[in-house]
Amino acid sequence: MSATEAIDLDFEKGNFHYDTEYDFDAGTGLSEATIDYISGVKGEESWVRDFRMKALQTFLDKPMPLHWATRDLSNIHFDKIRYYLSKGQTPSRNWDEVPDDVKQTFERLGIPEQERKFLAGVEAQFDSEAAYSRMKDDLSKEGVIFVGSTEGLREHPEIFRKWFGKVIPTADNKFSALNSAVFSGGSFIYVPPGVKVKQPLQAYFRINAENFGQFERTLIIADEGAEVTYMEGCTAPKFETSTLHSAVVELVALRGAKIQYITVQNWSNNVFNLVTKRARAEEEAEVKWIDCNIGSRLTMKYPGVILKGRKARGEVLSIALAGDGQHQDTGAKMIHAADETTSNIIAKSISVGTGRSSYRGIVNVPRNLKGCKNNTECDALLINTNSRTDTYPAITVRGDGNSVQHEASVSKVSAEQIFYMRQRGLSEAQAMSLSVNGFVNDLVRQFPMEYSVELKRLIEMEMEDSVG
Amino acid sequence: MDSLIIDNLNVKIDGKPILKNFCLNIPKGEVHALMGPNGTGKSTLAKVLAGHEEYEILGGSVLLDGIEILGKEPDEISHAGLFLAFQYPLEIPGVSIANFIRAAIESRLCEGESLDAPAYYSRLYEKMDLLQMDRKFTSRSLNEGFSGGEKKRAEILQMAMIEPAYCILDETDSGLDIDALKIVSNGVNIMRSNDRGSLIITHYQRLLDYIVPDVVHVMWDGQIVRSGDKSLALELEKKGYDWVKEELAVTCA
Repeated sequence: MSATEAIDLDFEKGNFHYDTEYDFDAGTGLSEATIDYISGVKGEESWVRDFRMKALQTFLDKPMPLHWATRDLSNIHFDKIRYYLSKGQTPSRNWDEVPDDVKQTFERLGIPEQERKFLAGVEAQFDSEAAYSRMKDDLSKEGVIFVGSTEGLREHPEIFRKWFGKVIPTADNKFSALNSAVFSGGSFIYVPPGVKVKQPLQAYFRINAENFGQFERTLIIADEGAEVTYMEGCTAPKFETSTLHSAVVELVALRGAKIQYITVQNWSNNVFNLVTKRARAEEEAEVKWIDCNIGSRLTMKYPGVILKGRKARGEVLSIALAGDGQHQDTGAKMIHAADETTSNIIAKSISVGTGRSSYRGIVNVPRNLKGCKNNTECDALLINTNSRTDTYPAITVRGDGNSVQHEASVSKVSAEQIFYMRQRGLSEAQAMSLSVNGFVNDLVRQFPMEYSVELKRLIEMEMEDSVG
Repeated sequence: MDSLIIDNLNVKIDGKPILKNFCLNIPKGEVHALMGPNGTGKSTLAKVLAGHEEYEILGGSVLLDGIEILGKEPDEISHAGLFLAFQYPLEIPGVSIANFIRAAIESRLCEGESLDAPAYYSRLYEKMDLLQMDRKFTSRSLNEGFSGGEKKRAEILQMAMIEPAYCILDETDSGLDIDALKIVSNGVNIMRSNDRGSLIITHYQRLLDYIVPDVVHVMWDGQIVRSGDKSLALELEKKGYDWVKEELAVTCA
């Protein structure tokens, strides 16, 4: 079948790796020596090293959250992971200067082409460090900063330090502590007051090595009235052993600023993807998380917004697709901390075969606030009978004059629906992708065009894979 | 060759025989009607022809222009040229009629071919005009919240776009008011062609006031017990299904 071949080829797109020689390797396992090594090669100031050391202790002290999360977490062997691998700490500004194997990786993933077509800037991270980073010249002239976190710490410590770790404290959870100890790579973005970045800035995170842990740290600050859209894509090859991806992403939207953060991840099914993402929105600021989780063995991710200033607005639009053997444990957090703040959560999950989806949400509106609104919608779609879906919403609204609305639904794609579509000529996988696309359609319409096309393609690939 | 030939088809469901040595030949260019009381196996026949996996096929053959389709996958059968208009079309939430038909057409393209979108839409609108359908119709989610009549219209539109060699219409008239019945019949009549054979499965004679069949078959207990021209349908209407039970079943046995 022609269609299947084409899709298989596409699927192989992310599933390859090069036997890369790394100039910098922190070895296997995690200890103070690992942190000394990372901090040393990066040439960090002592406060950063101290920050890391403290975080290591917090990480070691905190238990795995097995009292509420899946037991699969206990299958992560921290002593077998490699925490830092790179070919150097300074990214190239020109693709020609990027080492061949790394360049070929990103070319195969289509990054330079996308950069030419519709992006204002690109950062491409290969294992621990950015290999390439470039932004359009006119944006630099306006004072926009878009670099990797290593470079951000080195070149812009005054802005970096002010906000670093302020939205997500080290001790927030075991994995934010781990990231704080060994972070490397990720993006640092600063948009000056009133500057509106028209085209998206894109980061691409690529895991190449086996038994590797990627711990990027992203910090985005939109100053008063500034606007920026950031998109991240993620892939890794399929290895027999598990890989760990544990990022921390902090967003700061100052008064009247707008940040849109879009994730389309397609991790291979050996990746533990345990990410902490949170934003702080000041007065009349808007933060929108668009989070599409496809692939991985286990994803745990609950993007949140702390609505700190009056009339701040937070939104999470989330799609999670749990294919055979995968577990998507996702959700959203909205912490209302000022009057007239509004939040909106729309979460759609799809479980296929033995795939499992869980939604966890927190909406908190304290007693003293007035005029706050939240809308939460959780919809689950089950394909095949052994799929599982759970919803754990926690909505705490105190006081009068605040309103919340919560809706949840579970629907199934029945064998009869699949038969109906196949009678019209669609293969089983095509019928399943069409149902899934129909299910997420109203949400995807709100995404930028390029990303909705990409998402549709990823859904098709995942369905082909599930049908086998 | 230019014929849908069902030969000695025997089918069971849950251990119970439903079709018993069923035989039927529909040459291209003809419209056949299959009538019979409920529970005689009419809808089973439709689903088995389309490749539904729920049925146990004990034996027989179904040749579509000389190609065996019995036991093939539903999408292969569809690509071979058989279209089934469902008695109860299913809802596909979030997928517009236009996108659904588009996916069906795209599934028929060869490797490397891509759909010419403007040409597709102009053909879609042409067919809709022919079937007297409002263009806004195609942006609605397929069958979601549709009335019985709208669902059947959507089936006819899909059929008109896919242009199959053989159409099976399973109880297309059930749940239709007289206006909807006319629109659906009009669609079937428009699609009458020397290159196409059709089988209209119906419980009542009234659909045949609008679609005049070339041959009428009466089914009872898993097989055809009498065939004739359209007057057979009228006779059946007059005498009722008890007549089938009492006389035809006996002569057959």
